[in-house]
Amino acid sequence: MSLVIGLIAGMLFGGGLAYSGMADPARVRGFLDIFGHWDPTLAFVMFGALLPMAGAWQIQKLMKRPFADVQFSLPDTKKIDRKLVIGAILFGAGWGISGLCPGPGFAGIALNPAPALTFVAALLLGMVAHKFST
Amino acid sequence: MLASFPNALPIEGFIGGLAIGLAAAIMLLALGRIAGVSGLAARAVNIADGGAPRGIAIIFIIGLPLGAYVTSLFMGAIETNYPESLLMLIIGGLCVGYGTRLGSGCTSGHGVCGMSRLSPRSLIATIIFMLCGMIIVAAMRYFGLIPA
Repeated sequence: MSLVIGLIAGMLFGGGLAYSGMADPARVRGFLDIFGHWDPTLAFVMFGALLPMAGAWQIQKLMKRPFADVQFSLPDTKKIDRKLVIGAILFGAGWGISGLCPGPGFAGIALNPAPALTFVAALLLGMVAHKFST
Repeated sequence: MLASFPNALPIEGFIGGLAIGLAAAIMLLALGRIAGVSGLAARAVNIADGGAPRGIAIIFIIGLPLGAYVTSLFMGAIETNYPESLLMLIIGGLCVGYGTRLGSGCTSGHGVCGMSRLSPRSLIATIIFMLCGMIIVAAMRYFGLIPA
């Protein structure tokens, strides 16, 4: 059951990325391109995504456990430390350089396999590099 | 609306965003998990030890291209303009991979799930990666790495 739910969520997520234009790295980079041809689309995507999630957190507070699992497993870290800041700086740099973040990277495999897989391979390599450097 | 931005997709963006938010809400309310793509990807390939059950991580990640594919069946070809430079794809991927692990999340985890929870950590991370992305793109534009 939880696998079916995971698949539906993944497909809805990937479908949303494709429908909103976020599978297009040029469009995503356009949002970051404030001194060039600025494209505000990503702001609308963000707004659209925050609405159901803001509601979901309110519902979550009233629930003892999730519908299809025994307990909630949510991050409880509050620390704003160097790792968070440097990680976000590095991620932002890679995002700007490529126009890609992890979601559109994976979703793009179905749309434009060669460059998407190149990005995903580098992404996983970066994750492995982090694992072995810490 | 948005006459100054002829290429913008406000309606599609908003509707697609709702789908993304709904997907994240399903992950939260049904499975009790954060729909952070970087975390789930790391879990799927066994780079991360903790986190979601591996099966769920794998199936969610497989769902991403599958959902995009199904959408393309209904919408026709979906535009994907990747950087022509292989180097940009690879350097970008390496930075994104390392950075999301170090900073515990990406656009989905911090941006969508964390900000909607009013997590200060996620708010700070999102502001930093957006600002940094803007600075990098401005620098690339200055050095002529982005077509005018």
